[in-house]
Amino acid sequence: MAIVGIGQAGTLESSDIMVTISPSEGAMGIVLELQSPVVKQYGRHIEELIVNLVREQGLTDVKIFANDRGALDCTIKARVLTAVARSKEHHA
Amino acid sequence: MEKLRRAMMFVPGNNPGMLQNAGIYKADTVIFDVEDSVLVSEKDAARQLVHNAIKYITYPCEVAVRINHITTPYGRDDLAAILPAKPDLIRLPKAETAEEIREIDNIISEAEVRNGFPQGSIKMMAAIETAKGLMKAYDIASASPRMVALAIGAEDFLADLKTTRSPHGNELFAARSQILLAARAAEIQAIDTVFSNVNDEEGFIAETTRIKELGFDGKSVINPRQIKLLYKIFTPTEKEIDLAERVLAAYEEAKAKNSGVIALNGKMIDVPVVTRAERVISYAIALGLRKGGQ
Repeated sequence: MAIVGIGQAGTLESSDIMVTISPSEGAMGIVLELQSPVVKQYGRHIEELIVNLVREQGLTDVKIFANDRGALDCTIKARVLTAVARSKEHHA
Repeated sequence: MEKLRRAMMFVPGNNPGMLQNAGIYKADTVIFDVEDSVLVSEKDAARQLVHNAIKYITYPCEVAVRINHITTPYGRDDLAAILPAKPDLIRLPKAETAEEIREIDNIISEAEVRNGFPQGSIKMMAAIETAKGLMKAYDIASASPRMVALAIGAEDFLADLKTTRSPHGNELFAARSQILLAARAAEIQAIDTVFSNVNDEEGFIAETTRIKELGFDGKSVINPRQIKLLYKIFTPTEKEIDLAERVLAAYEEAKAKNSGVIALNGKMIDVPVVTRAERVISYAIALGLRKGGQ
């Protein structure tokens, strides 16, 4: 499923992550750009977490920008799911 | 012995840093708030955050969630999102009727069945924050077997009463007394309101001493700094603990001998004395002054 709206959740405060999900231009799959102070240690883990969550929500073609400030997995999950829900709301 | 709820610490539900560190301050209960501390536009985000924090972070204390009132557009969504994570306790703000409590009780029961949780495992408490609620305090306190505590929310209550908070607290005396009586009549705990000036330690100590004397079991706090101060006031002295231990030992001894009358140092010990002694010991255990299981 693609979306037409933009969904954003989270903040740039420490221990949080700001996730922005927007429609992709064409069938490009899930395109993720991650910024994180721990990208070297945990970049791949965070990317997989985000992409899997988005996929589980039925999205196939979206752009995601994630600005991580050292969030735990449970925070990343919460912010991604909120951003996805908000993008779908805008879609409706 | 009943669960201690001396310090119930509010934690804003949309703040990941505060949620992840909430367990380190030794509060008896943390209350993740999705009500007043969360903007209307962020309710959805706070619900998700609180749900995932409860599910994936192991807290060394009781975990409660303060939901929005059930009659607002957010209360039911709060419950739908948070109950599957299995919080220990749901705190309802601005309670005014027993029906509200029963309505939430039913929603929790359904969620327990749906999620395979033991029936009755999620408890409830309610805060009285209006004169109307105060008039129904006992009905609210006894509306469900899930109810474990009744609290007072002073700021809203005093606004409703058309007065303001003073250092002596006279304006809250009647309400605190009624809430305590209602809670005791319903055999649940009574929890005092927050003290919002975190820099006024003297005021906090004075107020906490007062409410402990009244009989309150604990107090809502908004800053970890207040917890240590509060526990100091709720700490029994070594002399009190020693006496309580001797009372309980004499009671056990008399029970073993099937003796009806018990005396310690020439003073008769009856059920209220034993109950008080048990309470002292439960505080002593919680504070690590005595080992548990005594």
